[in-house]
Amino acid sequence: MAEHISFVVNGDRRELDVEPRRLLVQALREDLDLTGTHVGCDTSQCGACTVSVDGRAVKSCTMLAVQADGSTVVTIEGLATGDKLHPLQAAFWEKHGLQCGFCTPGMIMAAADLLQRTTDPSDEEIRHAIEGNYCRCTGYQNIVAAIREAAATMRTGAAVPARGRASRAATNGQA
Amino acid sequence: MAIDVLGAPIKRTEDPRFITGKGRYLDDIKLTGMVHMAILRSPYAHANIRSVDTAAAKAMPGVLAVFTGADIPYNPLPMAWPAGGSSGIQNNINMPRVLATDSVKWTGEGVAAVVAETPEQAVDALEAISVDWEPLPAVVDAEKATQPGAPQLHENAPNNVVFTWTVGDKAGTDAAIESAEVVVRQRIVNQRLIPNPMEVRGDIGWYNPGTDEYTIWMSSQTPHIMRLLLTAFVTGIPEHKVRCIAPDVGGAFGTKIFCYADMALVMFASKAIGGRPVKWVESRRENYQSTTHGRDHITYLEIAGNRDGEIAGLRVKTYANLGGRLSTIGAGVPTTLYGRVLAGCYKFPNVFAEVTGVYTNTTFVDAYRGAGRPEATYVVERAMDLFADEIGMDPAAIRRKNFLPTDAFPYDNPSGLGTAVNGEKIFIDSGNYEPALNKALTMVNYYELDKAKKEARRRGKYLGVGLSSYIEVCGVAPSKWIGAVGEGWGAAMWESANLKVHLTGKVILTMGTSPQGQGHETTYAQIISHELGLPMEDIIVQHSDTQGTPFGYGSYGSRTAAVGGAAAIKAAGKVRDKAKRYAAHMLEASVDDIEVDGASFRVKGSPDKVKTLQEIAFALDLGFSLPEGMEPYLDETAYHDTPNCTWPFGTHIALVEVDEATGKVDLVKYVAVDDVGKKINPMIVDGQLHGGIVQGVGQALWEGALYGDDGQLLSGSMLDYALPRASWLPNLELDETVTPSPVNPLGVKGVGEAGAIASTAAVSNAVIDALSPLGIRHLDMPYTPQTVWRAIQAATSKGGSA
Repeated sequence: MAEHISFVVNGDRRELDVEPRRLLVQALREDLDLTGTHVGCDTSQCGACTVSVDGRAVKSCTMLAVQADGSTVVTIEGLATGDKLHPLQAAFWEKHGLQCGFCTPGMIMAAADLLQRTTDPSDEEIRHAIEGNYCRCTGYQNIVAAIREAAATMRTGAAVPARGRASRAATNGQA
Repeated sequence: MAIDVLGAPIKRTEDPRFITGKGRYLDDIKLTGMVHMAILRSPYAHANIRSVDTAAAKAMPGVLAVFTGADIPYNPLPMAWPAGGSSGIQNNINMPRVLATDSVKWTGEGVAAVVAETPEQAVDALEAISVDWEPLPAVVDAEKATQPGAPQLHENAPNNVVFTWTVGDKAGTDAAIESAEVVVRQRIVNQRLIPNPMEVRGDIGWYNPGTDEYTIWMSSQTPHIMRLLLTAFVTGIPEHKVRCIAPDVGGAFGTKIFCYADMALVMFASKAIGGRPVKWVESRRENYQSTTHGRDHITYLEIAGNRDGEIAGLRVKTYANLGGRLSTIGAGVPTTLYGRVLAGCYKFPNVFAEVTGVYTNTTFVDAYRGAGRPEATYVVERAMDLFADEIGMDPAAIRRKNFLPTDAFPYDNPSGLGTAVNGEKIFIDSGNYEPALNKALTMVNYYELDKAKKEARRRGKYLGVGLSSYIEVCGVAPSKWIGAVGEGWGAAMWESANLKVHLTGKVILTMGTSPQGQGHETTYAQIISHELGLPMEDIIVQHSDTQGTPFGYGSYGSRTAAVGGAAAIKAAGKVRDKAKRYAAHMLEASVDDIEVDGASFRVKGSPDKVKTLQEIAFALDLGFSLPEGMEPYLDETAYHDTPNCTWPFGTHIALVEVDEATGKVDLVKYVAVDDVGKKINPMIVDGQLHGGIVQGVGQALWEGALYGDDGQLLSGSMLDYALPRASWLPNLELDETVTPSPVNPLGVKGVGEAGAIASTAAVSNAVIDALSPLGIRHLDMPYTPQTVWRAIQAATSKGGSA
């Protein structure tokens, strides 16, 4: 038997009828076609499904869709403002914070949660904040560098480069 | 003018889609009419199947079809790389069927499949399938499986032996060991790993009844090879009736090279239900049970030499656990990719290895990042430390003493690079090992670590330092050689590139290689931009679809830059040559008088007589005016067969602290000096090293696939298998030396696997060094707190000095 839910996703009000067993991640991916949120495991270990629910990072595989009724959800697709990337997105690109890209949306959403809580995190705080998110490609090093850079950008309010243009990374690749 | 992007840290062109959630991975694809498949997997590690009753499942809501092994007319999956290269090697081959028919050999082998309207309905219906099992005794340990009385898996493999393969000079090595001043012996275990790409595997099969053609989307490193294997070996469907597409692939690390039963199953299922697309995506639990594992060697090593630290011989006996049936190149990994590189970067005069491939009631084992070479590096680098410890020599000094000298190249090593049948050889192309070692030693203040060790003891810690000097064979491979060492998936290992300059001057490069996160869309574009003098923005790289890309062998074995990159350069050269001939036609000059500078083609001595590549492409692609014999369009394809493999090398050093009270190991510093030849994009190279190093660190400290004696996978989920987390790691410090490879025009060697090959041994040696004051000379990985704590307790109760 389906339950009706109503919630705001990436700024738009969405109405869904979902099975009670439907996970939030399934509702996002399969009912709303927001496939940027990924599923990497079945035990809530990997964090690839991390989204923001009412301002806090949540592994969307640990939450039923019905529990999201009345809430405000932001996924990776809702992070940029038009063509203007969120500082975290820009920094992940700039610092080579991703390789296969599969963990990236969840990693960015987890980092966004951290940067809401603290504006100048240490490397140790960054590493702690993303320890619920697995990455198998990067060894985390450039992810940490990217989050550090995004925090600096957000502190200074510096403009974020427009997307879509090939350009030199700011460093020689050493984090 | 040439644009200087080759060798520059260019931001990746593929990233915008990934950072905005617009990547398109297998499970993101929805097709009209698509239905879902789930696979029933064996709960037993070893059992006969008496019968399978699917009637109740067929009646479940949403179920369209239920299949068992008896329904599938296909052949077993193919063995593409048996143990080979010497005459008389017998391989007792048993391959998985698409679904098991009579028996299962590991927990997780597929027995039946359900196709239903939704994934949930398919999974629900699995519960209604009834299998009458006859459980049988199981064996999971490769060495035990070869002993008398062990459960037998296959009639054609007495004592569960797949093959016994040897390489090197047995008589010479035996003599060197018998006459040596010092011989050190050690049994070492290279534990089984679960590779864990963040994206699991999956496929969508679609049979179009209107054309009698199949399309398969697959999370794969090798779509062209999959089409070949699935058609020519498994299904018998004509190759030209099948199209394979790998969309964005979320990591692979070797596991997505291979031909899996599910690929054939979605083809079969789609046709059986009348042509609706059938999607199957494994759960992480299924991935742990039925996608390939890595490593799992038990090795007896003997290293011999004199008290001056000159090594005279290395003799190795290895039991390689290959699982319940074989994976696509499972037998090739512990033989050619392991035994032939056991001498590492050293001038050992004598090396002999005997490798026994073994069936056990476990998931099949195949290539995992490094594939054979991490196992070889672990053996030789542990052996060097064991020998140095025995004679009281510094680990850096013994390595320096035995390094191949710079004038040794090209080098034919004694562990069998040159012993393939019919005389085909490869050589170690180039190397200069000492500078990398010296740099790494400086980075850790190696000769002042005793002070730090004493300081750590005051804090209740043991500080250890571990070295790993490695070489890697990349850029596989010369086709003649790879054929001679037993590889046999019907062809060779060259690569391909097609380059089109369209009317508007925009360029599409299509490649036979197939990325999984390495950034090929960027690095290939850098190569073409450099070669043709065009901006990166004007170049798009396409790949991973058998329709529209030239046949290629895919991306694995750190081969893409060395072999694929050379193919791309060759295609660019052909384009430039044709453009030059057409420029001569346009400018009414002799071809010999045309000078090429980036994208400008001008007449010598007449600087104003010039055409750009875009102008040439426009006219040539239109074809209104063509010189005699010239075909229209600037469109060239090149195939490149590499003359040799490439051999990256370097030295990694790990510093660890072991807590004496808890046994917890902290990696406190890690330095890596790698020589991967020239770099197309140093930012991407560093990223590959970071990731590889951490995977190898994971093996040393945390990871391990564990089976119970009954064959149940105890580390069956991400809750039970410890992958490295961000908070467990320090910042890695990288440096380099650069010895360009002479075997390809880019001078590149390959970097995808280097980190994983070197780092396990470095961390292992560091932990053993930390524990050496307790009299501990070896400990098997992973060095979990429990393992280390127990070792400390055992050592201190025996009276070791703390």
